[in-house]
Amino acid sequence: MAFGETPEVLLAQEVRKRYTKDGPWAVDGISLDLRRGEVVSIVGPNGAGKSTLIQMMLGLLVPDSGTIRIFGTDMATGRRKVAHRINYASTDLSLPYSLTVRENLMAYALIYNMSNIRERIEKVLVTLNLEPFRDIRVGRLSTGQVARMGIAKALINDPELLFLDEPTATLDPEVSAQLRATLQGMVRDRNMTLLYTSHNMREVERFSDRLYLMNRGRLVAEGTVPALMTRFDTEDLEALFLQMVQRERESDE
Amino acid sequence: MNSSRPPVPLLAWRPLVGILFRQIVLYRRSVPRWMEIFYWPLLDLLVWGFLTLYLKKIPSFMPSAVTSLLGALLLWDLLYRAQQGISVMFLEEIWSKNLIHLLIAPITPFHVVGGAVLSSIVKVLLSSSVAAFLAYLLFSFRIFSLGLHLFFFILALLMMGWALGILTTAVILRYGQEAEVLAWGVIFLFQPFSAVFNPVSVLPQVAADISRAVPASYVFEGMRSVLVQGRLPVGDLMMAFLLDFLYATVALFVYSRVITRARQKGFHLKLGS
Repeated sequence: MAFGETPEVLLAQEVRKRYTKDGPWAVDGISLDLRRGEVVSIVGPNGAGKSTLIQMMLGLLVPDSGTIRIFGTDMATGRRKVAHRINYASTDLSLPYSLTVRENLMAYALIYNMSNIRERIEKVLVTLNLEPFRDIRVGRLSTGQVARMGIAKALINDPELLFLDEPTATLDPEVSAQLRATLQGMVRDRNMTLLYTSHNMREVERFSDRLYLMNRGRLVAEGTVPALMTRFDTEDLEALFLQMVQRERESDE
Repeated sequence: MNSSRPPVPLLAWRPLVGILFRQIVLYRRSVPRWMEIFYWPLLDLLVWGFLTLYLKKIPSFMPSAVTSLLGALLLWDLLYRAQQGISVMFLEEIWSKNLIHLLIAPITPFHVVGGAVLSSIVKVLLSSSVAAFLAYLLFSFRIFSLGLHLFFFILALLMMGWALGILTTAVILRYGQEAEVLAWGVIFLFQPFSAVFNPVSVLPQVAADISRAVPASYVFEGMRSVLVQGRLPVGDLMMAFLLDFLYATVALFVYSRVITRARQKGFHLKLGS
């Protein structure tokens, strides 16, 4: 841990955000933390505020109030100090289709000011089983290969904190399982912290050390998967998720 | 994993090279992009070149005034390409849904502009060199007859083009792809007041007053002065650079404000989706 850093990799305190002055809160008073070497999921229905929260964590948006600190640095004011230690992949984003896999990775290795670029690219290609496609243009890859390419880009700077927004949404079960195993290996071997969102509750159940459940901008539950299932007396996470959303709806009515 | 890795220095060269590299590879593979660099300048050159051939046969036309049309065309194209180089690169990032990747990288929005300026220099060099060579080959017009002044004319026009490119980028960032048309159109708003093919003295008073605030008008007046009278009004060139500095300051200020506002309102997150 570098001087001045907190034990938490990420610490969010009372974060609030809305897009219009009198509009609803997209994120409403959220506090959470991530510790080194953890896999943490944020789950919630569409419109729960997950994306807004992650965008604030990445420094793409500034909170209206509250703070998000990554490695002890406030992301609203000091994003560039820690941006080289984090990365992000989302199925909503893409990379230029007319560049090959290797060219895209080369560009980002340069943009992240990496040294030993060739070795780094090869390592990432091997990690994600993308070596056979290194000289193929991204536009000619399958959907699943493009998703892995996005994650390859997110690993190019050897991040200590990785954000993945629905990383397996476009992957078949076999490739999803391979990717999860790869990511779990990285978390274990390199003590990387992983924050990810998913609508696949079975995946969240198997993959996460802890999870945060969000609805309408608020955190409605948090904890380890077994603890949450015991607390809410459910047999699986999907039932818990549905129960939680239903409860929220009823309390609003 | 090395947590003591230092942040990317503000003046690191690799991120700029990374942005430039992407652009060069994009162009290397794309026929439409090559057309943008060579096809349109070539067509312009042919149309205006043939016109000068015709005008040269009219006895009342001064030969130097006729040839200055070709000089004006080459320099105007350079200004246009400089502005486009910035705005279109930004649009390419939006179209390829890649902008967010850049905005979360350990670089500043000014690195993105710096990379765009570098790629614009490469494109302008390529496009202008070919156009200048063809102008000599087909119409015996030597742009280098402008001597050392040419360097200053080019620099002044590049600076204006970049400033307008940055400003256009800021507007696209703020208002989204609806403002995309500006990337191709904004420069033509300045053309009537830039004295490209005609001196400022023939403009109506209002237009002449506006042209005094346009850096390019001093460059094109200077070019005609060099070609026709063989001398350069240095004060005018200084004025062009002064205005360029003003344009660049305004453009960078607006760009910076839009980025700050975008981080508050999130309108950049919807671009390209």
